[in-house]
Amino acid sequence: MLKTTLSNLLTAVVMTASVTAYAADLTVSAASSLTNAFKDIATNFEAAHPEHTIHLNFAGSGELLQQIAKGAPVDVFASADQETMDKAQAQHLLDNSSRKDFVQNTLVVISPRNSVLKLNSLDDLQQLALQRLAISNPDSVPVGRYSKQALLDNNLWAALSDKMINTQNVRQSLDYVARDEVDAGFVYATDAAIMADKVKVQFTVRLQSVVSYPIVITQEGSAKQLSQQFIDFIFSPQSQAVLSQYGFSQP
Amino acid sequence: MESVWIALSLSLKVAGWATALNIVLGISVGYFLARTRFFGRDLLDTLLTLPMVMPPTVLGYYLLVLVGRRSAFGSWLYDTFGINLIFTWQGAVIAATVVAFPLVFKPARAAFEAVDSELEQAARVLGVSEISIFFRITLPLAWRGILAGVLLAFARALGEFGATLMVAGSIPGKTQTLSIAVYEAVQAGKDDTANMLVVITSIVCVVVLLTASRLAPGRVSERTR
Repeated sequence: MLKTTLSNLLTAVVMTASVTAYAADLTVSAASSLTNAFKDIATNFEAAHPEHTIHLNFAGSGELLQQIAKGAPVDVFASADQETMDKAQAQHLLDNSSRKDFVQNTLVVISPRNSVLKLNSLDDLQQLALQRLAISNPDSVPVGRYSKQALLDNNLWAALSDKMINTQNVRQSLDYVARDEVDAGFVYATDAAIMADKVKVQFTVRLQSVVSYPIVITQEGSAKQLSQQFIDFIFSPQSQAVLSQYGFSQP
Repeated sequence: MESVWIALSLSLKVAGWATALNIVLGISVGYFLARTRFFGRDLLDTLLTLPMVMPPTVLGYYLLVLVGRRSAFGSWLYDTFGINLIFTWQGAVIAATVVAFPLVFKPARAAFEAVDSELEQAARVLGVSEISIFFRITLPLAWRGILAGVLLAFARALGEFGATLMVAGSIPGKTQTLSIAVYEAVQAGKDDTANMLVVITSIVCVVVLLTASRLAPGRVSERTR
């Protein structure tokens, strides 16, 4: 730990003091739900290409979009929904031709591992024993938007609004459920799988649309070639294996 | 638009309560540390000052672990009184109180230490009770220094973000304070709302700081010079 810190410090000093040989840095902004999978993939990529460095930036997709819109130096953007990507495209922030869907996910309702609640459908969320329901902010987080749409389709959005605890991204919802601070929450199946020892999946939410993740090169990005190389790497069998190991399915 | 005023009034409510709690806690602890000598006093002072230098996320995590439903204290509160602090405005008050506490306690201790103890001695000789010495001599003499700290604490509590977000979440109308509303508006790309919110926040902060600087010690001598 200390060693890494020291070496980071040393790297910073060396980098600022000298002009380095060709080696590119790539900044990848990815949806929170991709955290674990992308960390593994970035490690694999750096192992295969030691001269390059991948910087990962995770947050709710809407927040990532705002960062890019405000000029954050991001090279590759992977969001958890099409809508955020469409908005980015409408603002001319992307290299549209590079846009491709790379994985799919499912929306589930989870509760703490030791919860006595029995939930089989969205209607069951109205149970009195269920007092707090974690849901990501639908204005900026795709999982929140999917959840809200599902609740609206079942005429439950208004009825459940008093129980809702808004979170900033899917991992915050997961954390609140794992800590037993809320009785249930909306997350992706892949998130639930990461904390299988603390949370249990109650049921899968049926959606009108598919939860699919697009990845794209940004307009402002500096390392276009490397960006394409990284995206190709995502579609490689090695990375697809990592993604399916975390529970993501193929588009 | 209405949500902006709701966030503002919630912020004022949370900061108000946090300040009220800190007036009581900060003054009593400040007085205690100024007037007693014991082993470990410096260490205690350091521990109590920690919230000022520690990242709010660290404090938020501490609070989440300490008062959460899984914790000993949190489950006791819940089982005994049915009180759950996480995701409530009271939880936000606790977060803001902890974060702003050193800003009251530190100046209070310094102000009490600066009070001439001979004045208190004189009163004691005249047979005035200890409690009345505190309220009629010590506190009035130290008040100016304390008040400046109180206003800074109010401003700090008003701007509290990290610990509050972790402990109280972001529930519109319930725990979504001004600073959290700004964050959410920016995230969602609602720049109009964000602009409105930051202007209001800035105005409130300027008013508080102006008031604080008027009350700061040293101002009196400047005026009489």
